[in-house]
Amino acid sequence: MTTSAAPPTVLGDLSREDLLDAYRVMRTIREFEERLHVEFATGDIPGFVHLYAGEEAIAAGICANLRPDDWVGSTHRGHGHAIAKGCDVKAMMKEIYGKRGGLCKGKGGSMHIADFDLGMLGANGIVGGAPPLICGVGLSAKMRGTDQVGVAFVGDGGSNQGTFLESLNLAAVWNLPVLFVVENNGYAESTSSRYHQKGIDVAKRADGFGLPGVIVDGHDFFAVYEAAREAVRRARAGGGPTLLECKVSRYYGHFEGDQQTYRAPNEVEHIRQTRDCLTRFAERVTTTGVITRDELDAIDRDVRALIDDAVREAKAAPDPDLADLVTDVYVTY
Amino acid sequence: MARRLTFQQAINEALAQEMRRDPTVVLLGEDISGGAGANGQQGDAWGGPLGVTKGLWTQFNDRVLDTPISESAFIGAAIGGAASGLRPVAELMFVDFMGVCFDQIFNQAAKFRYMFGGKARTPVVIRTMYGAGIRAAAQHSQALYPIFTHIPGLKVVVPSNPYDAKGLLIQAIRDDDPVIFFEHKVLYTMEGDVPEESYTIPFGEAAYVREGDDVTIVALGRMVSMAQQAADTLAAEGIACEIVDPRTTSPLDTETIFESVERTGRLVVVDEAYPRCGFASDVAAQVAQHCFSALKAPIQMVTAPHAPVPFSPTLEDAFVPSPARIVDAVRQVAGKGAEVTA
Repeated sequence: MTTSAAPPTVLGDLSREDLLDAYRVMRTIREFEERLHVEFATGDIPGFVHLYAGEEAIAAGICANLRPDDWVGSTHRGHGHAIAKGCDVKAMMKEIYGKRGGLCKGKGGSMHIADFDLGMLGANGIVGGAPPLICGVGLSAKMRGTDQVGVAFVGDGGSNQGTFLESLNLAAVWNLPVLFVVENNGYAESTSSRYHQKGIDVAKRADGFGLPGVIVDGHDFFAVYEAAREAVRRARAGGGPTLLECKVSRYYGHFEGDQQTYRAPNEVEHIRQTRDCLTRFAERVTTTGVITRDELDAIDRDVRALIDDAVREAKAAPDPDLADLVTDVYVTY
Repeated sequence: MARRLTFQQAINEALAQEMRRDPTVVLLGEDISGGAGANGQQGDAWGGPLGVTKGLWTQFNDRVLDTPISESAFIGAAIGGAASGLRPVAELMFVDFMGVCFDQIFNQAAKFRYMFGGKARTPVVIRTMYGAGIRAAAQHSQALYPIFTHIPGLKVVVPSNPYDAKGLLIQAIRDDDPVIFFEHKVLYTMEGDVPEESYTIPFGEAAYVREGDDVTIVALGRMVSMAQQAADTLAAEGIACEIVDPRTTSPLDTETIFESVERTGRLVVVDEAYPRCGFASDVAAQVAQHCFSALKAPIQMVTAPHAPVPFSPTLEDAFVPSPARIVDAVRQVAGKGAEVTA
C-alpha cells in the first residue's frame, strides 16, 4: 500500500562523517550544475545538458544507503546520480565537454555518463530506459546469491512509460532486490504532471503491482535517506522491491536553453527560498550543533575549487583521438 | 562423437552444456518452462511454444525463468543482468515482437560498450524464431535480421543447420558482446550430424556449403537448403554452383564471399528478408564495389517481395524464395549456359 514517509528523526543513524559526506555530495552536485548553467551559455559545451539542481537530496539520500557494488540506472538528468555514486567529477566534466580524458572518452556525453566499476549503469537518453536494466541487476544479485541492490531512477515523465510499469510487475513477480525512485519534479519536459498523469501520486501505482509505494519529500535529505534505508534494507534481506516517489522541483529548464514559459512566475524562486535541500540540511545539522557553519563553509570552498579546476581542465583538454571513432564497438572482432 | 540430432535438439544441447559449464548462464523467456499453472509454480510443461527448451527446467530449475509477457522488461533485465555478472540467454519468442522491446536492444545493449568509452561488457544472447512457412501470417513470420545487422554493437547469427546451430550458440553464450541468434522455425525439425562434445564456431567465418566454379550463391538460414536444391537441379544442366553460407550477418565474412566471386564472376544472393536495405542488397553492393572487374554478369537477388508475409498457404508459398526462383536467377547470371563449364 502507499504510505507517506514518516517525518524523519532528527539526524537518524548518521554519524558526523556521514553528514559531512552527504553535504559534500549535495554541494558538489549543486556547484557542478550551477557552473554548467553558466558555462553552457558561453557556447563551449556541445549538445544537450539537463541539470539536476534542486533535486540533490534525492541522489544523495538514496546513494548514502548504497555500497560501491550496488547499481544505479539513471536518466537523461543524470549528473547528480553519477556524482552521488562516486564518479570522478573532473572526468565527468571532460565528458560533458566532449574531450579526451572524459569518463567515457568523450563518446557518451552528458546523457550517457557511466562507470560500471562504480555501479553506475549509465545516465540514459531514453526516458524510462533504466527500470528494465535494473530488474536485471536485481536478478543478477539474486541468481549469484549476493546481497547487492539496484536502483532505477525515472522522472514523472518516465513513470508513464511501459518499461516502468512492466518493470514494477516483473520486480514484484520475481521479488527482486531493487528500488524504483520516481523523481517527480512536476514536469515531463514541459508538460505538467497535472496534465500527463491526472495529478495522482505515482507511488499509488505500486499498489497495482503488489509492492510498497512510499511518498517522500524530495527536498529533504533526511526524509529520502530514511525511506531509502528501509527500502534498501528490505531489498537486501530478500523482501523485494519498493517504489519511492520523491516530490521535488528542478531549478532549471528541461534542458539548458529552455525558456520555461510553462512555469508560474516566481515558481522556482519561491522553492529556492522555502524548500532548498542544502539550506534545510545546513539548518538542521547546525541547529543541533553536530556540525558547525564553518565546517560547511569549508566544504563549499573545497567544492568550488574542485569545480573550477574541473572546468579549467576540461576546457584545456585535447579533443578525442580520431582513431577512437570506430573503437569499442565490439569486445571482439 | 556425432549423432543425428534435429536443429531443435542441437539448440537444447548447446544451452544445457553451457549451463552446466557456467553457473552464470541463465535462461529467461515466455513459457520456456511453461509450467506456471494453477499453483503458480514453474514446471516442465511447454519448454517454449515449440518445445525447444523442454527439459532444461528439470535439469537447471531456478536458472530457467518463465517471464510475464513483458518483452521490454525481461529483455531489458537480461541486458542489465549481463552488465552485472550474468550471461543471460533470453528468448524473444518471435522476432516480430522486437517491436515492443527494441529500445532495450538497440539503444541500450548495442551501445553500452561504445557509448561508455569501452569499459562495458554486455554478454547477452537473445534467441529468437523467425521466418515464414508455418502459416503464422504477417506478425509471426518475418525475417528481420537485416534490422539488427544495421545496428553497430550487435552480432547477428543466422544458422542453417544443426551442426552450426550448436557451435554458433555456444560461441554466442561465451561471447562478451550482445548476440541476436535467429532460429528458423521450419528448420527446427531438420536433422544433421552433431558432435556430442561442446564446440564453438567463430563468428564472421563463412562456410563453403558446396563448391563449384560457375556461379556463387550466397545464402543463409533456411535459404541454404533452398539453394542446395536449386544447385542439384542446375548441376544436371551442367552449371556448377558454389554455395557460401556466411552464418553470421554481423560480422560478415566478406573475404570469403569476394574470394568466391573473384573465381566464378557471377553472383546470386538468396534472402528470405524483404528486399530493400536488406541482407541481399548489402552483399550485392559490397560485391559490386569490391569485385566489379571480376563480374561477368549483373548480380541477381532472390528475396521475399516488399510486402508483409501473407496468411493463405498459396500466397505464403509464393512469398518465400523457392528453389525454382533460384534456378531461374542462376540461369540468368550464367547467360543460359554461355561460358559455363559443360
